[in-house]
Amino acid sequence: MNPFDYTVAPSVDAALAALGRSGRPPRILAGGTTLVDLMRLNVEQPASIVDINRIPGLDHIDTQNADALVFGALARMSDVADNPVVRRDYPVLSEALWRAASQQLRNMASLGGNLLQRTRCAYFRDRQYPCNKREPGSGCSALDGINRSHAILGASDQCIAVYPGDLAIALVALDAAIDVRNPSGARSLKVADLHHEPGQTPDRETALAPDELILRIRVPKSRLGKASTYLKIRDRESYAFAVASAAVALDLDGDVVRDARIAVGGLATRPWRAQAAERSLVGKVFNAAAAAEAGRLALQGAVTRPQNAFRVDLGANTVAEALKIARGRA
Amino acid sequence: MTDKDHLELNRREVAATGTAAAILPAIIPAALASTAVAAPTDGNVVLQINGVRHDLGRLDPRTTLLDALREHLGLSGAKKGCDHGQCGACTVHVDGRRVVSCLTLARQAEGRAVTTIEGVASAEGRLHPMQQAFLDHDALQCGYCTPGQIMSAIACVKEGHAHTAEDIREYMSGNLCRCGAYVGIVAAIEQVVAQGRAS
Repeated sequence: MNPFDYTVAPSVDAALAALGRSGRPPRILAGGTTLVDLMRLNVEQPASIVDINRIPGLDHIDTQNADALVFGALARMSDVADNPVVRRDYPVLSEALWRAASQQLRNMASLGGNLLQRTRCAYFRDRQYPCNKREPGSGCSALDGINRSHAILGASDQCIAVYPGDLAIALVALDAAIDVRNPSGARSLKVADLHHEPGQTPDRETALAPDELILRIRVPKSRLGKASTYLKIRDRESYAFAVASAAVALDLDGDVVRDARIAVGGLATRPWRAQAAERSLVGKVFNAAAAAEAGRLALQGAVTRPQNAFRVDLGANTVAEALKIARGRA
Repeated sequence: MTDKDHLELNRREVAATGTAAAILPAIIPAALASTAVAAPTDGNVVLQINGVRHDLGRLDPRTTLLDALREHLGLSGAKKGCDHGQCGACTVHVDGRRVVSCLTLARQAEGRAVTTIEGVASAEGRLHPMQQAFLDHDALQCGYCTPGQIMSAIACVKEGHAHTAEDIREYMSGNLCRCGAYVGIVAAIEQVVAQGRAS
């Protein structure tokens, strides 16, 4: 690991001051589960890091607010997953959290950091290989490499790395937003607008500037929460990244779908909302055929390679199955 | 001492300290360990491990909690398996919560109560019920993952994630055992949960 300066920020303002200093911006250290790992691989080589874990109040979990669930950026994944209101009224959120990583990692990892988790593409993580995300212009080793787990949605000829997170998939389905501070002010953006597709610049992963700090995540309260689920298909039963996943939520009037939300994970370069699939359900009677059609539509536009072509059907079936689970909770 | 006694002794020591040779405490410089609580020395890294305050001096910021424990304090119970947060062999408790110490920078643990496998037995040396349960159920073979398994298991019960065998398997999935002692590990945790219900 390269040497770095280590600063503890006692407040948001102190963290922003450190981030706003001239020169190469520091990296923010929250749970450290991605950053320390990638620093050990020399994929991340910050000259300095700012530890924000001591900032008071940034880990709050507020489920009593009338309009939204509000989670501080430093709320830990395990605490939000186990929150009784989240479990009861928004199972898609709880499941997206507890089906990620291990309990040790969930105890460490913050919600803000989890949103910014970097890809698990093995070529990105290994400096022996060219990687346009790690080293722009060097090439993509995955295009003709081992790419069984690479993206079939939202990829480009420069990068097919999957966005690995689970929480963001559920947040996109629920229309969540984040509040951000930077040295010159504050702004909010939809989680759906946080992550970029790789295009020609796979090194530019998010809409955040290096000197911006996520303060909180807001999930609008809605009737869609209860009949929801996060279904995660993995190579083993637990503690693995998604081969395909679906975050779905339904609002039903009897058997008729009033509103539907569908986002898929493990298949795309960013959290992937499937609005055509959602529209196919609204106003219709929910049944197995409608679920299957929504699954098919969710994977529309998939571009596959020989090793990952099986994940089109797997993704479609995952969406359909998730919809049936959600229906069972209505 | 019979061969069986010797085996029992080794197994007990693996569960108790994470090492089959209990010589390590001798190499901890006595001057570094103190139970007195004092203000941190300016610039020095001070950690509270198993109730004992340790001044680690001007520690390189790159030092992980795991390396601080093993290389600086001679507490080699927590094991370095993958060093990437994937295997759970380095699991310790920070303020009562299980974490992987290989991805925790030592300085992140300043001012927090760190508990390692060396700190879970009673002061009189009576094994923690989870340590005893691992022996009762033969929940180990080579023993390398065992300290992490036990620290994770203690937390798993405390969190309330050990009500069913299925629950235990899910919430212990961050601790890998290449010998495949999982059946014994689940049985050991179930025993501790049952004891808790009985008491």
